[in-house]
Amino acid sequence: MVQKRVLVIEDEPNISEAIRFILTRNGWQVDVEADGFAALARLRSAPPDALILDLMLPDMDGFEILRNLRAEAPTRDLPVLMLTAKGQVADRDLAAKLGVTRFMTKPFANAEVVSALHDMVAS
Amino acid sequence: MSRSALTGTRIRARRTLRGIRQTDLARRVGVSPSYLNLIEHNRRKVSAPLLSALATALGVSADALVEDSDARLVEGARAAALRSDTDLGELERIDELIGRFPGWAAVLADTHARVERLERVVEQLNDRMTHDPYLGDALHEIISAVTSVQSTAAILNDDDALAPEWQDRFHQNILDDSGRLAEGAVALVNYIDSAKTGETGIAAPQEEVEAWLARQEFHLDIAERPSLDGAEAYLATQVELASGAARQLAATWLAQMYADAQAIPLRALRDGLAEHGMAPDVLAAHFACGLDVVLRRLAHLPPAFRTELGLPVAGLAICDMSGTLLFRRPVEGFPFPRFGGGCPLWPLYQALRQPHMPLRTKLVTAGRMGRRFTAYAMAAVTGPARLDAPPVLRATMLLLPEEGQGPDSAAIAVGASCRTCPQLDCAARREPSILVAGG
Repeated sequence: MVQKRVLVIEDEPNISEAIRFILTRNGWQVDVEADGFAALARLRSAPPDALILDLMLPDMDGFEILRNLRAEAPTRDLPVLMLTAKGQVADRDLAAKLGVTRFMTKPFANAEVVSALHDMVAS
Repeated sequence: MSRSALTGTRIRARRTLRGIRQTDLARRVGVSPSYLNLIEHNRRKVSAPLLSALATALGVSADALVEDSDARLVEGARAAALRSDTDLGELERIDELIGRFPGWAAVLADTHARVERLERVVEQLNDRMTHDPYLGDALHEIISAVTSVQSTAAILNDDDALAPEWQDRFHQNILDDSGRLAEGAVALVNYIDSAKTGETGIAAPQEEVEAWLARQEFHLDIAERPSLDGAEAYLATQVELASGAARQLAATWLAQMYADAQAIPLRALRDGLAEHGMAPDVLAAHFACGLDVVLRRLAHLPPAFRTELGLPVAGLAICDMSGTLLFRRPVEGFPFPRFGGGCPLWPLYQALRQPHMPLRTKLVTAGRMGRRFTAYAMAAVTGPARLDAPPVLRATMLLLPEEGQGPDSAAIAVGASCRTCPQLDCAARREPSILVAGG
């Protein structure tokens, strides 16, 4: 079976390390980027099967990254799970408008992330 | 019904309030009871001299009996009525209410004004919660740390076969994030406490002074000059000192710093430090001055001077006999509370029990990431000696950071304040900590 690839864009190293561990344990191939610009370049050159995207990032926020992804053909339908400490309704609405697949607020349960990712890719 | 027509109603209300019979009041002011009765039923106008006599007899001002003095009550009661969902058919009888029950009407108007004030505060706080970038960042930092701790702890808990190197790594991550969490919580509590002053928009004078000193890294060049001439004009130009009380307080601290600089001039202090290092007791003997002078002087060194001699930033706290903190010079790792007293275990408070006895104590801040300090403290009598009066003491504590981190059995574990201290089994605890559930 071919391993599914997920890119995690998260600037908190301890959180990305935990996510990487959980997903790797569940059979995913995980790449991590902490920087929005570098992440976009990686997404364009080699789109993964799914993306976990933090909203608040230095330089370029998650909304901006999502906007870019949805504007480009190779990543237009990429499943995106937005993980964020900002759980305000306005953020959810904007994320939905920009085409996010799932929206999850921090702190999250590990199993929830794994299950959300699985569902997104399966559907 | 116009208010001018209600003077009689108010006279009647005041009279009955005082339990004076109509005939008695009429006699006192020199009119017949029947005429007063007509006045009280607003069927006769009251002349100015009679109004004055009635006011005197009733023990109120004449203004209280005529319309304009009640304008505020009318507006307040009307505003309260209009805000109510109740259909008030009695709105047009508002004058009658005020005329007959001025006390109750005042309560109604004041309550309404208070509700409006509180609503404004709620709006401000709500706005702050929604849009305040600092609060947003602080909460984001805390949630990020909580997320990391929760996720990492779950991995450690769920995976029995976790390799030892991963276990070590995740334990370290949890330790780091717990430290971040504790610091974030303290910062947030301090910030939310500071928002409480937002109701008036004015910080306490002590905070204005501390903000002013903080901008100058707690060193005032002006205090090092030969005289304090021009100090008042200088203080008037300092933006942080917005209130007169703050400028007055700043002048007091400036005078104190000036006196300390006179006792130990900067050049001599530098030589003393070069010879003896940061040893307050030795320096006090060297300069033949009180330890409290040295403690204050060491906390107010010029930044360039500290850099040149490689000296650490020292924290300073000064309190009076009630334990109230009069002065706080914060130092990294030892945040002072903004409100209320500090940790009862601080040597600052121990010093008050033994005036003029210098104390040196090793401290470690409570928690796994505790920071270590050496505290020097002493309480001294302030002001002139007075007979037949309790002495007025002031305690001073200098905090010098030490190497190392984490619990230290040779040191006393202290907190900043009970609210932000994780040491639950502390005999000195006076209120629950916010760092634990139910706190």
